[in-house]
Amino acid sequence: MDERMTDAVLATEELTVRFGGHVAVDRVTCRFRAGELTAIVGPNGAGKTTYFNLISGQIPATGGRVLLGGRDVTRLSVAARTRLGVGRAFQLTNLFPDLSVLENVRLVIQSRRGRDFDMWSMAAAHADLAEAAEAVLERVRMTDLAGRKVAALSHGDQRKLEVAMLIALDPKVYMFDEPTAGMSVDEAPVVLELIAALKAQTDRTILLVEHKMDVIARLADRIIVLHNGALAADGPPREVIASDVVQEAYMGKALEDV
Amino acid sequence: MLKRILSGDMPQSRALGLILLAILIGLAFAPFLFPGTRSLDTAARICVFVALAASYDLLLGYAGIVSFAHTMFFGLGAYGVALASDGMGRSFGALAAGSLAGALAAAALALLVGLFSLRVRAIFFAMITLAVASAVAVLFSQLSGITGGEDGLNYRIPRALTAAARYAEEPFLGMRLTGKVLNYYLVFFGALILFLALLRVVNSPFGRVLQAIRENEFRAEAIGCRVVWHRTAATVISAVSAALAGSLYAIWLRYVGPDTVLSFEIMVDILLMVVIGGMGTMYGAAVGAALFVLAQNYLQALMGAAAEAAAGVPGLPLILDPDRWLLWLGALFILSVYFFPTGVVGRLRGR
Ligand SMILES: Nc1ncnc2c1ncn2[C@@H]1O[C@H](COP(=O)(O)OP(=O)(O)OP(=O)(O)O)[C@@H](O)[C@H]1O
Ligand SMILES: [Mg+2]
Repeated sequence: MDERMTDAVLATEELTVRFGGHVAVDRVTCRFRAGELTAIVGPNGAGKTTYFNLISGQIPATGGRVLLGGRDVTRLSVAARTRLGVGRAFQLTNLFPDLSVLENVRLVIQSRRGRDFDMWSMAAAHADLAEAAEAVLERVRMTDLAGRKVAALSHGDQRKLEVAMLIALDPKVYMFDEPTAGMSVDEAPVVLELIAALKAQTDRTILLVEHKMDVIARLADRIIVLHNGALAADGPPREVIASDVVQEAYMGKALEDV
Repeated sequence: MLKRILSGDMPQSRALGLILLAILIGLAFAPFLFPGTRSLDTAARICVFVALAASYDLLLGYAGIVSFAHTMFFGLGAYGVALASDGMGRSFGALAAGSLAGALAAAALALLVGLFSLRVRAIFFAMITLAVASAVAVLFSQLSGITGGEDGLNYRIPRALTAAARYAEEPFLGMRLTGKVLNYYLVFFGALILFLALLRVVNSPFGRVLQAIRENEFRAEAIGCRVVWHRTAATVISAVSAALAGSLYAIWLRYVGPDTVLSFEIMVDILLMVVIGGMGTMYGAAVGAALFVLAQNYLQALMGAAAEAAAGVPGLPLILDPDRWLLWLGALFILSVYFFPTGVVGRLRGR
């Protein structure tokens, strides 16, 4: 292990997954440090979400390793990795639809504070959990929706709640998968502010899948490019965006916006 | 105070509150309100089945786990009491030891079944519980040297709990205060405590996690919940509660047999009670159990009377014949599911 390996909060080594004959993530080796925000870009179907699924454990890798603080977590369950500090906001909204907004966030905090197996006290008596959940909702400006059932929320609000739940989890490694997709122009800045604030905290590692280049240019310290599942480029935003490989691999409309 | 006893889970509907109060008062004063062996027996059965249905609702309604092994756990508790009373002779010690042994056996079996099979898809879990429950039922019928086989076991319980014990010379409010009444109150308070304990569990942080897992297992894992452990814990708690309800039933009946405590028919009954009352609320289990046991006991009598009254009308006596009571129960069930898909309680709470 070299120097950079040891100070990496999260690292993947030759991480690979095949679905039948299709290699969705192809030997991706990459390290992520605390305080660093890495944008992950690539065309649709490049394997960005699948790369996240391998890191947080929703899909088992067929090859390679995932290291968290130097520890091999490749065989651990999703829950175990979450407890070790990997947190995820999903691209496709993934909430508890029949529960209230507050309850969704409260459950995250309850789990983080290790009270999931408390069977004998009243959930309502844990006022600190509800307070912490309210504080998170305040940060995403959803206080007025606290009592609403999630299934009744607008799509944009569900997306915001998705981010709120990750904020409530407060992991070491934050993984945002297109957090502002489907949000209105008023809502997106709230979420981007939150991500900027996390970055300013300097002890969190942030991975951000994003298509909007203006967002990336503003927030990212580094960009990695996935193309057909493989790592096609890795470096500071200016260099990567200017590089030939990106111009070829990622000649989408998004780049023209820059 | 009331809020604490109910673990903060208030009925949230005046009608539901009144129905629950009626059930509670009816059961609490059953020996005086409904004198007679038959009605006291019905009341005791309601008590037992309220606790049993509530323990099943923890699994089905709150955790979203479909299990067909619930009567097996009920049977373990009942046979625990029967075997202990048979082996140790009539004593309170035997009742306690039998209940404890039954509960421990249920916990161990639930832990095994849970850990081995709650990882797999829900349908496989349901199948595995069915297989294990059938195997245990066969085992209890075959081991006739120990369990009495198909005939079951008759055993004696402490004299203090039988009609032979007299606690007062004079009848009180028209009821002779015998050990039978004491026995009834043992069943009543035992079931009440079980019910309140289950109410407590479902309203705890643990209960909330169960609901989250039922809603979206995938997300529950991603917020760090160890889903298999939660499900297994729920299975164990539900199994132990069912076993204790079984012990109460065995103390009341002084007889256990495969048909009374292990049959698949009881499993179906419990399922119906929970669905009729409303899944995912403990009160639903209570209302469902009370309605079901009453229908089971009095529908036949009611139909007999109706058939006599309709004797002149051609055709009617045929469908009102008391032997058709199951048909009517089935019809009632279909109607109730059709009109109250969220159960009686869901309907009363306006959902
Ligand atoms: N569970 C799976 N089984 C089979 N194929 C899969 C599975 N998950 C992803 N894939 C395939 O892997 C490839 C990468 O998909 P992925 O969702 O990771 O892309 P993405 O980069 O996130 O795209 P987008 O920008 O559209 O979100 C796609 O071809 C997809 O069809
Ligand atoms: Mg994606």
